[in-house]
Amino acid sequence: MYHTLKPRDAAEVEQAIQWALAGGKTLELVGRGSKRAIGRAAQWDATLDLSGLSGVTLYEPAELVLSAKAGTPLAEIEALVARSGQELAFEPMDYGSLLGTAATGGTIGGALAANLSGPRRLKAGAARDHFLGVSAVSGRGETFKSGGRVVKNVTGYDLCKLLAGSWGTLAAMTEVTLKTPPRAETEETVFALNLDDVTASKLMTTTVGSAADVSAAAHLPAPVAARIAAITAAGGAATAFRLEGVAPSIAHRKAVLEKLAAPFGTLGTLGEAPSRALWRAVRDIAPFAAAGPAGERCVWRISTAPSRGAEVGHALIDRAEAEIMYDWGGGLVWAALPATDDAGAQLVRSTVAAVGGYATLIRAPAAVRAAIDVFEPEPAALAALTKRVRESFDPRGVLNAGRMWAGV
Amino acid sequence: MPVAMPQADETVLARRAEIVAALQRIVPGEGVIALEHAMRPYESDGLTAYRQLPMVVVLPETTEQVAAVLTYCHREGIKVVPRGAGTSLSGGALPLGDGVLLGMAKFNRIREIDFDNRVAIVEPGVTNLAVSQAVEHAGFYYAPDPSSQIACTIGGNVAENSGGVHCLKYGVTTNNVLGCELVLITGEIVRLGGRHLDSGGYDLLGIVTGSEGMLGVVTEVTVRILKKPETARAALVGFASSEDAGDCVGRIIGAGIIPGGMEMMDRPAIHAAEEFVHAGYPLDVEALLIVELDGPRAEVDHLLERVQDIARQCRAVTYRVSNSEEERLLFWAGRKAAFPAVGRISPDYYCMDGTIPRAKLPLVLRRTQEMSAKYGLRVANVFHAGDGNLHPLILYDANKPGELERAEAFGADILRLCVEVGGVLTGEHGVGVEKRDLMPAMFSESDLNQQQRVKCAFDDRGLLNPGKVFPTLHRCAELGRVHVHAGQVAFPDIPRF
Repeated sequence: MYHTLKPRDAAEVEQAIQWALAGGKTLELVGRGSKRAIGRAAQWDATLDLSGLSGVTLYEPAELVLSAKAGTPLAEIEALVARSGQELAFEPMDYGSLLGTAATGGTIGGALAANLSGPRRLKAGAARDHFLGVSAVSGRGETFKSGGRVVKNVTGYDLCKLLAGSWGTLAAMTEVTLKTPPRAETEETVFALNLDDVTASKLMTTTVGSAADVSAAAHLPAPVAARIAAITAAGGAATAFRLEGVAPSIAHRKAVLEKLAAPFGTLGTLGEAPSRALWRAVRDIAPFAAAGPAGERCVWRISTAPSRGAEVGHALIDRAEAEIMYDWGGGLVWAALPATDDAGAQLVRSTVAAVGGYATLIRAPAAVRAAIDVFEPEPAALAALTKRVRESFDPRGVLNAGRMWAGV
Repeated sequence: MPVAMPQADETVLARRAEIVAALQRIVPGEGVIALEHAMRPYESDGLTAYRQLPMVVVLPETTEQVAAVLTYCHREGIKVVPRGAGTSLSGGALPLGDGVLLGMAKFNRIREIDFDNRVAIVEPGVTNLAVSQAVEHAGFYYAPDPSSQIACTIGGNVAENSGGVHCLKYGVTTNNVLGCELVLITGEIVRLGGRHLDSGGYDLLGIVTGSEGMLGVVTEVTVRILKKPETARAALVGFASSEDAGDCVGRIIGAGIIPGGMEMMDRPAIHAAEEFVHAGYPLDVEALLIVELDGPRAEVDHLLERVQDIARQCRAVTYRVSNSEEERLLFWAGRKAAFPAVGRISPDYYCMDGTIPRAKLPLVLRRTQEMSAKYGLRVANVFHAGDGNLHPLILYDANKPGELERAEAFGADILRLCVEVGGVLTGEHGVGVEKRDLMPAMFSESDLNQQQRVKCAFDDRGLLNPGKVFPTLHRCAELGRVHVHAGQVAFPDIPRF
């Protein structure tokens, strides 16, 4: 019989994991299920539904800090801090449209477990960089905490970093504490038109390392740009840069940016509202939406050195007819490959290995995700270390066993 | 020594000559130091109250030598203490009498600067400041800037997750490091991260950063470099009370302004600094704030006007803005010299490092003054106000019997107070040996056990820098056991779910 355990508090999370340990069962950790289709397809004996652990427990805007139970909807937290002119600066992406699930569906615990970020990653960091403290229950069924509620803290090992991006394979988080920095007063976007990927990469390198201090830099090749309403009117590929801050600062930095970009061709700008719409679409990879023209394709997320992004993109376009979009100044490559039995894994892995970085298969049918590695395979010594780290939290393999790698 | 270190292993000490010879075969020439007078410089780090000669000092020059030394020590069961420049203020590099002191000073090359990807790839013995200097010709810098940056090394910064005065806006080491090469105690060499962002698996770089040299030895580091802000201007704001100053800090941040740096000093620190460097600090105020804004000139000027308005609302009694780079540096000169300045008014001082929620500052300063009276020791306070990191400097005289012990007890009380008000034991100096036995004030046994299990995943024999961070050392086998409380489970077969 398949069970769903829905604990109401942290003590019941501990009991649920103890129950699994006692019965030799495995658990699938779920918040609101928004990212359930990511990871290796594996079978678990029961579901541990953490959405019952919900609610903000502390919010002190003047201290730039918020604590919430791990199952609190992300949207609720974002709405709350916005009322105090603050935000989650790591700009957590919403996988809803890409995976074909409901939009704004995730929890704060899920955002951290997936180490989410967005276009602002290159300036403000990822979830890991904003994750100050945690209470969690390990796969041993033991409650532990790490970190605190202050931004500067080196007391003990930083277990928050390990939990960020561990996809629920180490512990079930019950309460988390994050930074809530002030949100920029306004924003504007400057874009260059019709650049090829290599030229766009050069422009991004020039601008990201400049005094223009951009908070996002993305290149949207023509087929991709055509699917983003905010930029469609430009009528071709768009290489876009976001400027955020106070108005006098943006005016100055815009001039710096336009001077750098002018030699590359025609420039355009987007005011605050269309700029927000554009970056939301980039953040959520709207051009590859499940309901859109690329909906049948398999989608890879590739992090590499920014200067090598275009090389990766071209290899995948030339050899697999991939559709590509670039974020993080070229360092984040989203690739939509035609659906095949291995989602193009061999090509993607060898291409990334040649330039450095890693690739994660984000969208593919369950049969594909059961057959191939979804997360980047690690060299032997590193894989063994990863396994030991996993076992230090969860020696019996109770939590999300096999979701990241077979046997981990 | 008030903190007990692990018992020396007599069987290892008995084999000292053989061990030295074996290490000399791995690191030939002058890379192995075994004479007592030559090992003397390594007997302590920046926490000079603690001293211990190591069994032997090894100064490797290559990753292969590090791997060979660790392989040998692992096989033979010999403890290893890694060391950068030895500037730790918490005893992180305190040697062990039966251990190898692994000095990384010869790893002093900058291997590559990659402006296109905005990273520098450096060896761990390169100083923090040298990284910024190597990229400044192109208008770049490395953001974390601990006050010891002229001497402290990047390897040590990674071990301690070092901060500095610009952390609130630019982050600490962990936010500015992209990759490293790490040698495990087994001698295995692994690479974590690279020139790209984040990790395709567990964030092992994130756990290594700040692990105080207990998980592995870093032999190469990839750091992010940033474009230097176009300009920086500082405001020097005096207040009649620390409450007003604290209020001002909270309101600046509450207004959505994140200064590049925001520092506070109390009256004793202001006076000591002013007498030392003549920075032009007002002497009739109880608290002084330095608020530095950086970025494009237009932004800086715009935000400084807002800061001035806020300062006025918070009853500031003096307000000056730097009108030249010289003036800005002068404002900082006093703050940066605060430690040596205090050193001039007292034979010795003991620097503490707690972090507190900013709003608790007036309370913590008041209670600190009460403790000062109780212990009969003066205290001066400097404070990274933006991020709540407090550095009380306890003034004492080591030549007076009992004063060091009183200073340590006073310091421990301050740190317990930091935890009591919602803060932490250490913001940037690390736990080391200094705060090791205070860890239970912040963490339960279960919290500490999980941290030690992570240590076991990297170092199952507990050979790397043992005796630091954890007050009680457990054997990995004992920590590894799973305790199933089958009898007490509330979901025996879950019908109510």
